[in-house]
Amino acid sequence: MSASSAFNDEKGGSSSVGEPEYGHDPASGGIFSSDYKRHDDLKEMLDSNKDSLKLEAMKRIVAMIARGKNASDLFPAVVKNVACKNIEVKKLVYVYLVRYAEEQQDLALLSISTFQRGLKDPNQLIRASALRVLSSIRVTIIVPIMMLAIKEAASDMSPYVRKTAAHAIPKLYSLDPEQKDQLIEVIEKLLADKTTLVAGSVVMAFEEVCPERIDLIHKNYRKLCNLLIDVEEWGQVVIINMLTRYARTQFLNPNMNESLLEEGSGGDRTFYGSDEDEDEDEEEKEKKAETPAMAKRKPYVMDPDHRLLLRNTKPLLQSRNAAVVMAVAQLYFHLAPKAEVGVIAKALVRLLRSHSEVQYVVLQNVATMTIKRRGMFEPYLKSFYIRSTDPTQIKVLKLEVLTNLANETNISTILREFQTYIKSMDKDFVAATIQAIGRCATNIGEVRDTCLNGLVQLLSNRDELVVAESVVVIKKLLQMQPEKHSDIIKHMAKLTDNIQVPMARASILWLIGEYCEHVPKIAPDVLRKMAKSFTNEEDIVKLQIINLAAKLYLTNSKQTKLLTQYVLNLAKYDQNYDIRDRARFIRQLIVPTEKSGALSKYAKKLFLALKPAPVLESPFKDRDHFQLGSLSHLLNAKAGGYQELPDWPEAAPDPSVRNVEVKDSVFTLLERVTTLTSVPEWTKCSSREKRKEKKVEKPFYSDSEGESGPTESADSESDSASGSESGSGSEESASRSESEESEDGSESEEEEEEEEEEKEKKKKKKELKKPVQESESEQSSEEEERKHQRKTKQRKSDSESESDEDEESESESSQSESEESESEAEVKKKKKAAESKPPSKPVKKESKKEKKEMSLLDLDDFEPAPSPQVTPVNTFLSNSLVTDLEGLSLSDTVLSPATIAPSSALKNYELLHRITGEGLSVEYCFSRQPFSPDANMVAVQMQFTNNATADTKNLHIEDVKLQSGMRVKEFSEIELLPAGETATAVMGIDFCDSTQAANFQLCTHTRKFFVSIQPPVGELMRPVFLTENEFKKEQGQLMGMNEITEKLTLDMKCRNEHTIVQRVTTAANLSRVPCGSDKECRFAGRTVSSSSLVLVTVATKEEGAAQLTVNCEKMVIGTMLVKDILLALTQ
Amino acid sequence: MIHSLFLVNASGDIFLEKHWKSVVSRSVCDYFFEAQERATEPENVPPVIPTPHHYLISVLRHRIYFVAVIQSEVPPLFVIEFLHRVVDTFQDYFGVCTEAAIKDNVVVVYELLEEMLDNGFPLATESNILKELIKPPTILRTMVNTITGSTNVGEQLPTGQLSVVPWRRTGVKYTNNEAYFDVVEEIDAIIDKSGSTITAEIQGVIDACVKLTGMPDLTLSFMNPRLLDDVSFHPCVRFKRWEAERILSFIPPDGNFRLLSYHVSSQNLVAIPVYVKHNITFREGSSQGRFDLTLGPKQTMGKAVESVLVSSQLPRGVLNANLNPSQGTYTFDPVTKMLSWDVGKINPQKLPSLKGTMSLQAGASKPDENPSINIQFKIQQMAISGCTQAGQTL
Repeated sequence: MSASSAFNDEKGGSSSVGEPEYGHDPASGGIFSSDYKRHDDLKEMLDSNKDSLKLEAMKRIVAMIARGKNASDLFPAVVKNVACKNIEVKKLVYVYLVRYAEEQQDLALLSISTFQRGLKDPNQLIRASALRVLSSIRVTIIVPIMMLAIKEAASDMSPYVRKTAAHAIPKLYSLDPEQKDQLIEVIEKLLADKTTLVAGSVVMAFEEVCPERIDLIHKNYRKLCNLLIDVEEWGQVVIINMLTRYARTQFLNPNMNESLLEEGSGGDRTFYGSDEDEDEDEEEKEKKAETPAMAKRKPYVMDPDHRLLLRNTKPLLQSRNAAVVMAVAQLYFHLAPKAEVGVIAKALVRLLRSHSEVQYVVLQNVATMTIKRRGMFEPYLKSFYIRSTDPTQIKVLKLEVLTNLANETNISTILREFQTYIKSMDKDFVAATIQAIGRCATNIGEVRDTCLNGLVQLLSNRDELVVAESVVVIKKLLQMQPEKHSDIIKHMAKLTDNIQVPMARASILWLIGEYCEHVPKIAPDVLRKMAKSFTNEEDIVKLQIINLAAKLYLTNSKQTKLLTQYVLNLAKYDQNYDIRDRARFIRQLIVPTEKSGALSKYAKKLFLALKPAPVLESPFKDRDHFQLGSLSHLLNAKAGGYQELPDWPEAAPDPSVRNVEVKDSVFTLLERVTTLTSVPEWTKCSSREKRKEKKVEKPFYSDSEGESGPTESADSESDSASGSESGSGSEESASRSESEESEDGSESEEEEEEEEEEKEKKKKKKELKKPVQESESEQSSEEEERKHQRKTKQRKSDSESESDEDEESESESSQSESEESESEAEVKKKKKAAESKPPSKPVKKESKKEKKEMSLLDLDDFEPAPSPQVTPVNTFLSNSLVTDLEGLSLSDTVLSPATIAPSSALKNYELLHRITGEGLSVEYCFSRQPFSPDANMVAVQMQFTNNATADTKNLHIEDVKLQSGMRVKEFSEIELLPAGETATAVMGIDFCDSTQAANFQLCTHTRKFFVSIQPPVGELMRPVFLTENEFKKEQGQLMGMNEITEKLTLDMKCRNEHTIVQRVTTAANLSRVPCGSDKECRFAGRTVSSSSLVLVTVATKEEGAAQLTVNCEKMVIGTMLVKDILLALTQ
Repeated sequence: MIHSLFLVNASGDIFLEKHWKSVVSRSVCDYFFEAQERATEPENVPPVIPTPHHYLISVLRHRIYFVAVIQSEVPPLFVIEFLHRVVDTFQDYFGVCTEAAIKDNVVVVYELLEEMLDNGFPLATESNILKELIKPPTILRTMVNTITGSTNVGEQLPTGQLSVVPWRRTGVKYTNNEAYFDVVEEIDAIIDKSGSTITAEIQGVIDACVKLTGMPDLTLSFMNPRLLDDVSFHPCVRFKRWEAERILSFIPPDGNFRLLSYHVSSQNLVAIPVYVKHNITFREGSSQGRFDLTLGPKQTMGKAVESVLVSSQLPRGVLNANLNPSQGTYTFDPVTKMLSWDVGKINPQKLPSLKGTMSLQAGASKPDENPSINIQFKIQQMAISGCTQAGQTL
């Protein structure tokens, strides 16, 4: 360095101030002493107060690092300056830290607090750079700190900081792979990011940490495709490569039918049409066929997502960045229908104008492509002509491409070009050209003779290398049709005198031996000459001499017997054991002795068997199993970390996994249900927009609402059905609760017997109420008769039970109450729902039973699975309350045409539509009651209505498919649901605090229906009571990432406190927290599964402006809840 | 991705190393040196060299090898393209990219490399952004810095990375607003010995120098856009608009940049503006060869052909050449057998020629190779493709 002279001047002075504690091994000798002194000098400068001195010192240190000199002993002096104000000093200190922290872990820890402070800085760039350096310091102890910082930065406001977080993920992963699971969570979160800045970096992190988790991509696939063009170039490369792999797993091979159908017309596929939509509704299939997208005649269409990818990557072929162009090219090569791959040729040819390194890589890939898709590059043949200025490696690759492109029509031009190349001064290139000619000759029969003649002319070339190469190639060519070319063989025999290249000599000898019958006179003479020079030959030549001798001995033993024996004797004493071995073997084989075995009879057949002509093929053959453009492809060997390009799937996986709700991504984030035959209506509705975009799926819910006759009538029918149902339901509940009470009332044995009786009766009742699934009227009259019988029986039992009980009046009152609630204003219902909790406490006290609050719900109305009958308890009061409640829930359906806003706390969702259920319709609602068998489960109340004319039997649940961690408590089987009747049941689902759907089959005695229940996030919690102070305290602990704030403008209708409370509690199962200010409404709840606190604050301001704050430990829940409440408040 | 970078000069010394992840010993370069030895020419070193634990990807620019060390699968072009971008940046900063320039500015180089890659993944490669982060050294700034102790590092953090237009910095102000566009076209042709064109294609680029205040939105239209067969754009160009209307619409970066490069297909007939008459003969048996070369202009539309440079690789048998140029100077390197003749401007009235004899190795037989002749020349203010700009608007 130029600065060294300056150091020498200062050396004298600085050495005296040198700090002894940083002294160095004195044994290292005098050579380095000046170095040490220099370091002392630097230390002094670093300790000074002047920034300029520090800067100068740091610059020198960085220069040392750059030259690879060890500057680690300066660590303590440098690390002190990490908090320096001067930005450049700081930056250089960072450079130093990142370089040496790994070696000096303990000292590096001193700097951590500075970065931690930086992470909190209001300036986004300082936050980013702090995170960057923190994550670059490879010190294992700080892994937890890094993890925390990454998590925090991943939800930073600034996309730049989030990008840095994405960069930090692979760093942490390489430092501590055990953090993988947590990092995947962060990646998942960042993948959902909508900014172009983050996209590239997070996909990079994805590729390094969890490339196998392709499922994380589903939801973000379309977004990535759409953002792609705006992502920075490096990100584009990574994303495109990843999407190529993704598409290979998710879509069908667009060229599949080309191999199956002779016609090979474009991208349509008759075979796979049915396959592809196997689990989609008929309607959707029809829709698909109608869409103008791709298919003209046939039902199969390329998946629109596949098309989206191809369409969005195509413009990137025009990128200035060669890596991007190559990435797109490989994507098209691997994914596009044959007819469309051609577009990449032009762009790749353009890259040939770039730097030679770029050309090298591109040509390698082109070579592979030309084997598969020759036609693509044929128009650009001339672009692969060799220039005299090309480096040899480029020339050879171009030759390869030219050879691959050669066909009957262009071979003459190519050969003319080759002739020029042979005159080149680059001998390696000439040799490659000769081989290329050989390959052209083998591949294209028409030109074989021309090529052979040309090559023979080359035999008289002055350059030995050229001749040798020609001989080798000619040998291969002659093997194909030796009869015609005895004069060439003769010519070559003459060459043995001149050619010295062993490979060529060996080739000639082999040829003469192989075709000795074509040159009967020359062959023995050649052997004679060779026998003379045997001892001086190379090993491969010697072996061929032995071969030649053996073959001649077999065909022409008269002339060559002695010669052969001479040669074999020479070989016997050769230094090379291979040759000695061969000689011994051949002697035994050909020379007849007394002991000679059976083999010698076949010696002639062995030696002169017809040998298959060698196949000259491109070294690039079969390389395309590597993803093109990858390092592994280039090296033709698997590089570390290479992700195999998967084969196309046989049948396309479910395309709906990529559906993302546009309006409200919250629910669909985890939606994976559309393939099921039946889907809750609201799910369909919510994903409507996306479907429209997709053009294939039919938004039938919205349509049917507006126009389609049958659906509407079904709706109205179901309404009326539920109306009747509610009546019967409440009746039933009343009678049942009565019966239970009777059990409580007296515990005598007699009554126990009665109880048993009643159980039986109840069972029958249940059977009766079982929804009918089959509307087929093929049921026998016998069955109908039975039904009648049962009905009468049931009536009897009803009357019996009623007569048994004293509290008939009570049941009546409950009924009347339920009726009241039906007719009452919505507000009141709301209140009741809210009240439903508090009154339960006094009830409990009254009953003086040890039951918990939850026992309230243990009424058989709700029919929780585990032997509900056994549970005693329940006073008349609680009973009335429950009926009351139920009435509430049912009233909602009764009044549903009239209710505009979802004023009632309970909202019904459709699980199974009347039509798909063939008469059986099922609705469900989240009853918002604790589910007694398991407190971590959400109670789902289901209402079955049999609209068919026949009974439905054995209603139960089967085949529950859940995400890991989720659990389901099934309702007990409903044995019979007579036609026109309604039954309710309660099942519990532990959603694990996620909005993943619970998928299961609803089975009747004849049919199975795929259904799924997906909870709105608001139903995943239960209300808790908090005081204002508690609320504030808890809120204070859930700041930062756990807090989400959103501004909104309230609707004119809901600017008063009352409506806000109502709407929030409707949207989420929360309870209100008392609050001093009337500008604020607070709510609290806990999630059902993990009991994480959920706090909601709505602060109102002037003119409808408001601010919504949600604090929740579970961020996913928090974000989803914010969206839900926002929706509820703004609608 | 990219683990480390080593810069190796022509004599095989590593003069700079930078590590983005754990330090990789510089001994890994031994594999590179081996490959370098095996290659006869410097440009024949394979760009990708596998070693037991790493892969070396190198580019050669300005007689410096930029050797990147990577450890796992990564698209090789990604690395190559990045390395070229590094060189372009150095050139942009220091004017030249030589060993001396890099050594003199080692701190700036280091800071640049630090910004360009994070953990081996490209972070900021856009020159506009980099220049905001790290100011390029100028003589004036160096003087001021030494006196005041201020730094090259920008105090302000770059706005471009955060804006919607990542290639342009905000708050640009000029008193003189100006924009220049240079259309540079190259013909690349192979002509056989009888003078007929085997292949010819035109590569063109439009380089721009835009110094405009604020956030200008420019459009550029061509008279005959159909000529442009294949184009590649700077990211600022709106691709949709080009597809639909064949108009270049863009918000330019500040300063110099390459707006687009294009390719005019070889299908179009290309008129080569220069011809060569050559007569190079070697007589069998004699140690003399005759060399006769004449250049002439053809279809230049009245424009002068300038800075003509002829070079030819003569056969190995040639010992020396004794030539007589009618203008310009010639050199012959007896080691590499490279003859180069700097002609200068072609005067149509008096055609430049190079005549003389070559002395061959005595007794050697007649060389059978035909020397190839490379001619480079420039014609100002002429676009061979006939591509013309129709207009531009702000």
